[in-house]
Amino acid sequence: MGKRMMVVAETKDGKLRQVSLEALHAAYTLKEEGDEIIAVLPGHGLDAPARELAGHVEGRVITLDHPDLKTYSAEAYYLAFSRLLDEDQPDLVLLGHTAVGRDLAPQLAARLDAGQISDVTALEITDEGALFTRPLFAGKAFEKKRLTGSRGVVTLRPNNLPPAGPVASPAEIVPAGDTVSGTPLQTVIRDIVRKTTGKVDLTEAKVVVSGGRGVKSADGFKPLEELAEVLQGAVGASRGACDAGYCDYALQIGQTGKVVTPELYIACGISGAIQHLAGMSQSRIIIAINKDPEAPIFKIADYGIVGDLFEVVPLLTREFKQTLSRQ
Amino acid sequence: MDLYVILKQTFDTEEKITIEGGEIREDGVKHIINPYDEYAVEEAIRLKERHGGTVTAVSVGPERAAEALRTALAMGADEAVLISDDGIRTDESGVAALLAAYFRDRRFDFILGGYFSVDNGAGQVAVRLARLLGIPHVSAIVKLDVSGDRAVAVRDAEGDSETVELPLPALFTAQQGLNEPRYPSLPGIMKAKKKPFQRLEPGDLGVSAADLAPKTERTLLFAPPKRQAGRMLEGTPNEQAVELVSLLKTEAKFM
Repeated sequence: MGKRMMVVAETKDGKLRQVSLEALHAAYTLKEEGDEIIAVLPGHGLDAPARELAGHVEGRVITLDHPDLKTYSAEAYYLAFSRLLDEDQPDLVLLGHTAVGRDLAPQLAARLDAGQISDVTALEITDEGALFTRPLFAGKAFEKKRLTGSRGVVTLRPNNLPPAGPVASPAEIVPAGDTVSGTPLQTVIRDIVRKTTGKVDLTEAKVVVSGGRGVKSADGFKPLEELAEVLQGAVGASRGACDAGYCDYALQIGQTGKVVTPELYIACGISGAIQHLAGMSQSRIIIAINKDPEAPIFKIADYGIVGDLFEVVPLLTREFKQTLSRQ
Repeated sequence: MDLYVILKQTFDTEEKITIEGGEIREDGVKHIINPYDEYAVEEAIRLKERHGGTVTAVSVGPERAAEALRTALAMGADEAVLISDDGIRTDESGVAALLAAYFRDRRFDFILGGYFSVDNGAGQVAVRLARLLGIPHVSAIVKLDVSGDRAVAVRDAEGDSETVELPLPALFTAQQGLNEPRYPSLPGIMKAKKKPFQRLEPGDLGVSAADLAPKTERTLLFAPPKRQAGRMLEGTPNEQAVELVSLLKTEAKFM
């Protein structure tokens, strides 16, 4: 009998996340003759995203639909998944390395008594079995790891694997029984302040426009936001900008903060401290805009502009707008 | 209140990484408390200052990790415990198992840790520990309050804020922005030398080498591909902007 692989999918603002299709792609890459793939979608009001997911799955889509699962709660999600794990006994569970995946994966690994490989950026099948590449020190080094036990959990960094393509015949959607209502929950979500609705998530963004101390104030981020909007990207920041109080720590990119690997990274007024470079130097194209021609960021940038970001960034916004409108 | 912090010693984030003979070079490297764990230490001390109690800092690591624990004592923790992993091959599941064995028969109200470590970055140990102990947890907190036997935490969920209420005992992991960790004071450093410091071996906790057997294994360690400096654009700001967008399209195949 083959392996049973479980892909845990996610929604954001009611839509299926791209990283879930990337996790599904990883499952197809690892799939051997006789293996089975189950995609699980937790949340509430899942009709549309479940249908979208089913269009990419050869096998089964299980929905865990419950009001208590609308917003991620460590306890409610664990409760919902533990029965599923006990019934389905997956050999391998794959998740996105997102806020949800990062918290749910170790819980599932503990339940399954499984090894876990986190934040995987590439995978390959070799004579030694499946090898997973992941960063150490936020990307200052990399390692290849494999699972040695009978069961494993793997989380995949957004934006690093291609998404799974559509399948000829969509999977059957099977709602799982209600495993949440029977147990009173200890943790209660009292309040949610959505600051990111409609915005592109930083770790999933194809374009990141990032500001450093050179941005000088919270208002200084405005031109960066305008550029990001034109490119449908997200705004990030260096530790310097966060420490100076120009922006929220949620935007920080670096060894402390988030690691991003977009198609295009535009560093504005960022000098390029080693701890920042760790968080962004795996981006495909890097552009640096800085007043100081000696700034270390220029040493790793594909294109550099020595100049005042407040002058250059609006010009770039205008130029991108024109070019995109001509396409 | 019985407050515990689980912490890891890591390389300073300003350190470069050098690979030698398939291992990461440690010679001459400056070590620090993992920055996320440092927020946890600070938060535990603040909870003690507001509500009374004791703070115990616990680390699983090699002998050098004693220095990170001493820093925690100098900041204001009351006791330290170093569970030695010298000469043991294990991974996150094993570290969580060691900590679970330490906490199993112990009374505690809070366990605080970091959201992830800046070295390995796997973010597994604290959450696994909560599950092994069967206690509720909240990850990536940016605010923490206590009232009676309940805690209210605000967590960061990819930029959104969620306020969560839960009963104690519970485990929390610290996100950036939770607090501003204090520097150890000179009297703090002097006092730290007299504070209780316990050293434990896995055997003392009834944990065998078999219990710690790793479930994952590294097959290769390598440096990332080096990036070359690219092209500096010339001309007026307007000319630079026009050229850059054009190069992105034609040369870099973006858009």
